[in-house]
Amino acid sequence: MSTATSIILEVENVSKRFGGLLALDKVNLGVKQGEIFGIIGPNGAGKTTLFNVINGVYAPTEGRVKFNGQDVTGLQPFHLCRRGLARTYQVVRPLGELTVRENVTVGACFGRENLPLEEAERVADEVIDFVGLTERKDMLASKLNVAQKKRLEMARALAARPILVLLDEVLAGLNPQEVADMLFVVRKIREQGVTIIMIEHLMHAVMNLSDRVFVLDYGAQIAEGTPKEISNHPRVIEAYLGDPKVAERFLEGAA
Amino acid sequence: MRTLPNISFWLLLLVVLGVAAIPVINGDATLRENLFTILMLVTLASSINIIMGYTGYVSFGHIVFFGLGGYFAFYLMQNFGVHVIPAALVGGVGASLVALLLGVPVLRLRGAYFALATIGINEAMRAFMNNFEPFGGALGMFFNFSVYDLYGGAKNAGQLAYYAMIVVTLATIAASFLVKKSKFGLGLLAIREDQDAAQVLGINPARAKVMTYAISAFFPALAGGIYFFKNGIIEPGIAFDLQRSIESLVMVMLGGYGTVTGPIVGALVFDRIRSALITAPPIELGSFSINLSNFHLVVAGVLLLLVVLFVTAGVIGWLRQTFPATRRFLE
Repeated sequence: MSTATSIILEVENVSKRFGGLLALDKVNLGVKQGEIFGIIGPNGAGKTTLFNVINGVYAPTEGRVKFNGQDVTGLQPFHLCRRGLARTYQVVRPLGELTVRENVTVGACFGRENLPLEEAERVADEVIDFVGLTERKDMLASKLNVAQKKRLEMARALAARPILVLLDEVLAGLNPQEVADMLFVVRKIREQGVTIIMIEHLMHAVMNLSDRVFVLDYGAQIAEGTPKEISNHPRVIEAYLGDPKVAERFLEGAA
Repeated sequence: MRTLPNISFWLLLLVVLGVAAIPVINGDATLRENLFTILMLVTLASSINIIMGYTGYVSFGHIVFFGLGGYFAFYLMQNFGVHVIPAALVGGVGASLVALLLGVPVLRLRGAYFALATIGINEAMRAFMNNFEPFGGALGMFFNFSVYDLYGGAKNAGQLAYYAMIVVTLATIAASFLVKKSKFGLGLLAIREDQDAAQVLGINPARAKVMTYAISAFFPALAGGIYFFKNGIIEPGIAFDLQRSIESLVMVMLGGYGTVTGPIVGALVFDRIRSALITAPPIELGSFSINLSNFHLVVAGVLLLLVVLFVTAGVIGWLRQTFPATRRFLE
C-alpha cells in the first residue's frame, strides 16, 4: 500500500442530474489515506447522492471517480466492494431473515479478500466481536434494535476488509451512550489504517472526529478544510443560518 | 463450502433412498407407481425452491423446463434411438441453456413482473410446440414399441425409469443442499433479502441469478425426460401444464420455502392428500353427489391460502423457528 499521505479517493468534477434536478454540481474532493473525512451539509444537499456516485450505485452524469489509483467511474457497486470500498446505509438494510453471523459472513465472503466460506465465518466472528455483537450472533438480523442494526451494518462493511469505508449517518437515531460507543468503534477502525468518509449530522461528533470536513449545499461544495476552518467559514455559517441553533452548535463543537 | 456436508445431508439422502428402495425389494408395483410420482414431485418442488426459496424469484411457470427436457429427450429417443439416460441429460443441458438465455432479460424483472414473465414463457412455449411440426405439433409424439426393445421391453423400461427417477431426485436434493450451504448460496440468500444491499456487499446479482435459474432448470428437465420416456407419449398440454407448476409452488410453500427438507415434505403431503381425494368415494347429499376426485385443486388453493396467511415459513420453516434446536439438523 502507498504512503500515508497518498490520495486514496479522488472525485473530479462530478455532477449528477436527476431530470431537472442537479443533485451534484461539479464536486471535487480528494481523500488521503488513513484520514477521517467528514461530509456535512443541510438536508437534501446531495451527501448521500455523492456516496452513491462514489460506490457505483449511480453513474455520474459528468466527471470521474478515482479509487486507489484507478479510474472506477461507471463500475458497479460489487466491483468497488471487491476493490476495497465498503459502505453502510443511512437507513439500515439488514438481511432480515439471516442471522447476524450470516449477515457479516456475506460481507467477508464477497469482499476484497474473496474468502471461502469457512474463513469468512472466522473473520465474521472476529468483526462481530470488534463491534460488540457477539451475544447476538445467532439472532435474526430483523430482531435487532436500531443501535444493534447500525453496528451490524458496520460489521458487515468491515468484514469485507475495506481500504475505504463510507459511513452514512451511523450515529443518527442513537442515544448518547450508543453514540459514544459508536465513536469508539469508528476510532478503532481508523487505528486499523482504514480510511473513513463519514456523512454526519451530529456536529460535535464530526468536528471532533474528522481530520478534514467537506461542506455541500444544494449539490455544490461550499467549503473544505479542518474542523476549525469550517466552523469559522462565512459561507458555511450562511448555509446553516436557516437554523441558527445548528450554526451555534457548530462553533461549540470546534471550540 | 464446508469440507464435508454434515450428517443431516447424508441422513436426508438415506431416508429418501430407503423409502424409494421399498418397492424394489418387495416388488409392489402400485407402490412403485406412487413413489415414482412422489419422487418426481419432490424433484419439481426442490428445483423450484432453488430459484424461489433461496433467491426469492417466484418462477411460476417453472414447468416449462420439465416440458422442454421431455421434448428434447423424447425427440432423441424416438428419432435416433438414443438411450434414455444420455437423452435425458441432453434434455437437461438444453433446458439449462434455454434458462441461461431467457434468464438474462427476464431476471432483471423483480417481484410480480418476474412471476408473470415466467408464466408467459411457459404459455408461449406451449403455443410454439402446438405448431412446431418436427416435434409433432398439437398431437405431440409417441413411441414406436420398438423404442423399448433397447431396454428389453416396456416392463424393464418402466423399472429403469424408476431407478433413473430415484437418482435424479437424490441429485436434486443434494444440489439443493450443497447450493444452500455454499458461499454461492449465501450470496443467493443475500439477494433474496435485499438485492441492492447484496450488490454493495460485493455480490454480482445478475450473474448469480442467471446461474441459479440454469441450475434450477436442469433437474426438472431430467425428470421430464424420464417421465415422458415412461409415458411413451408427449404432447404440449401435458408437457407445459401450468396447473402442475402451481401445484409445485404449493408444495414448496407448504413444506417451507428456502429449506432443503421443506419441498420434500410438501411434495409428499400434497401427493397423499390428492391421492386420498381421488380415491375417496363420492359423497351423497340427497340428490347431489360430490365427487372428491376433482377436489384436490380446491384443497391446494385452501392449503396455499392457509400457509401464506398463518404459517408463512411452511412446516419445516415453522419447526425451525419454533424449536431453534432443530436448526442443527433440519435444513
